[in-house]
Amino acid sequence: MEHAVHVSRLEKIFVVPEREAGLVAATKSLVRRKSREVRAVDGISFDITPGEIVGFLGPNGAGKTTTLKMLSGLLYPTGGEARILGHVPSKREKAFLRRITLVMGNRNQLQWDLPALDSYELNRAIYRIPRADFTPMRDELIELLDVGDLVRKPVRQLSLGERMKVEIVGALLHRPQVLFLDEPTIGLDVTMQKRIRSFVATYNERHGATVLLTSHYMADVQALCKRVIVIHHGRILFDGPLTGLADQFAAYKTIGVALEDGHIDLGRYGEVLHRDGDWITLRVPKAETSQVAARLLADQSVLDLTIEDTPIEDVIELVFAQEPPE
Amino acid sequence: MTVAPQAATLPQAGRLRSTVDFYLTTMRLAVQEQLQYRTANYFYMFGMVAEPVIYLVVWTTIADQQGGSVQGFTAGYFAAYYIVWTLVRNMNIVFGAPYWEQRIREGDLAGALVRPLHPLHFDIAYFAGWKVVVIALWIPLAIGLSLVFDPVLDPRPLEITVFAVAIWGAYLLRTMFQSTLGMLCFWTTRGAAIFDLWMTLELLLSGRLVPLPLMPDWVQTISWFLPFQWAFYFPIESLVGDLSDAELARGLAVQLLWILIGLGLFKIAWRSAIRRFSAVGG
Repeated sequence: MEHAVHVSRLEKIFVVPEREAGLVAATKSLVRRKSREVRAVDGISFDITPGEIVGFLGPNGAGKTTTLKMLSGLLYPTGGEARILGHVPSKREKAFLRRITLVMGNRNQLQWDLPALDSYELNRAIYRIPRADFTPMRDELIELLDVGDLVRKPVRQLSLGERMKVEIVGALLHRPQVLFLDEPTIGLDVTMQKRIRSFVATYNERHGATVLLTSHYMADVQALCKRVIVIHHGRILFDGPLTGLADQFAAYKTIGVALEDGHIDLGRYGEVLHRDGDWITLRVPKAETSQVAARLLADQSVLDLTIEDTPIEDVIELVFAQEPPE
Repeated sequence: MTVAPQAATLPQAGRLRSTVDFYLTTMRLAVQEQLQYRTANYFYMFGMVAEPVIYLVVWTTIADQQGGSVQGFTAGYFAAYYIVWTLVRNMNIVFGAPYWEQRIREGDLAGALVRPLHPLHFDIAYFAGWKVVVIALWIPLAIGLSLVFDPVLDPRPLEITVFAVAIWGAYLLRTMFQSTLGMLCFWTTRGAAIFDLWMTLELLLSGRLVPLPLMPDWVQTISWFLPFQWAFYFPIESLVGDLSDAELARGLAVQLLWILIGLGLFKIAWRSAIRRFSAVGG
């Protein structure tokens, strides 16, 4: 399979100045400046096939944005290799820039005082899009995101969510083949998040675009990404199907059980997470789940019983809690 | 590694046509934006008038006390000089060096760099659009000042033509040098001292503070070899003064030379700056 995104042992090391607080340290730093190396991205490798939507997950400071910046040509890698649609991003060739887009949540690229329609005209000129192609593309995006009335208002008068939607239209007018979306739903309400998710899915289907998406909202990832890459401390901890994440990192499952007598102590079956009336939730080691469930059914008067995987948010929390490698 | 077979990219319009289209679109955008703030723009221009009016009053008073002229320059000449000054000064306002820091800090530069067009094009085009509004706003202001100060101005058609070209030359010249200075922001957030030094030199050696012939000879000699006066004194003098055709042509040629030198310096500085930005990030 040919790759839209190819990343091999990609590395980014920043040298950051460092000094203690206070006057003495400030004076010392005049003579001798200290600095240290920060390995923001530490030899990561992955490939993404055309048309794939991949979630790129990690806690703050894990190296997600640094990676996206290297892949979009904003940062020069310290080591390793990246190729996007055959282009080396750090060369920042115009042909490459015309084929990608980078959307960063909370960053505004549109003219603040003018309606978005005017900024779209500017993008048409910047990306050299013939008007015959531009108009239908613009109208299609406006319709998909349902922003027909918003694009005529000055951008400064739009709410955060509305601004994000018109921003996305502007970022896709040149019909990019690879989308780097860095927390596109950050700060948005649930309805707006859903709208943007469904838009990304539709755009991906219609135009076969490859999407690399970072988000702290697991709902985004669950809705869009079959595959996730988890980065932490600059290294890839997991690369595979979203469902596999729980298998690898969650050592527990939860058993919900309703008993005839809700006051019975179930401590011997597992850790009681909470009680809600007669409904009790237990956490049990994954390997013992079926055994414990069978024991419960045999020993107690069970009215109802469910077994659930650890919620993805909890799995992610477990992953993010991993210690940095030595 | 081979290129992925994805949905086709949109076709691309021709290069020259696209460039013209980009400049016109951006200028139109700038005009639209500035028209939204026409009152603010007027207040701004009134503020700009304060400086030349002070110079004008001082020199007119000195001329009157010295029997009507200072080193041969009459009150009418000073009035013409400083009224034209207001337009040239406004044409000289470009994307200033210190703003590069803001552009880097607020992530605007990152946004500009993922687009297939150099940000300098945007700066030139956007501020050029703004100038169209500035010129329109300047005309009534110049009429008002003329009624009060009675300038002596009798330009030939050639001088008017050269002036019309020279104010845009001044705009480009200053854009190049301010942009080059702005590259300092990629290395330090404390470039203000250098920017201030540059501004002081410009104030003294450009003809902004005083018409250059009133400066000592050695200052005039130095200023001839620096870019400042070609963005200020020359455009004013092309309209107000009595330059020969050869001097007018030479002035435009020197302007062009400084624009090219500025562009060359900017390109060199930009290459290093962007290498640094790519190394350390925004």
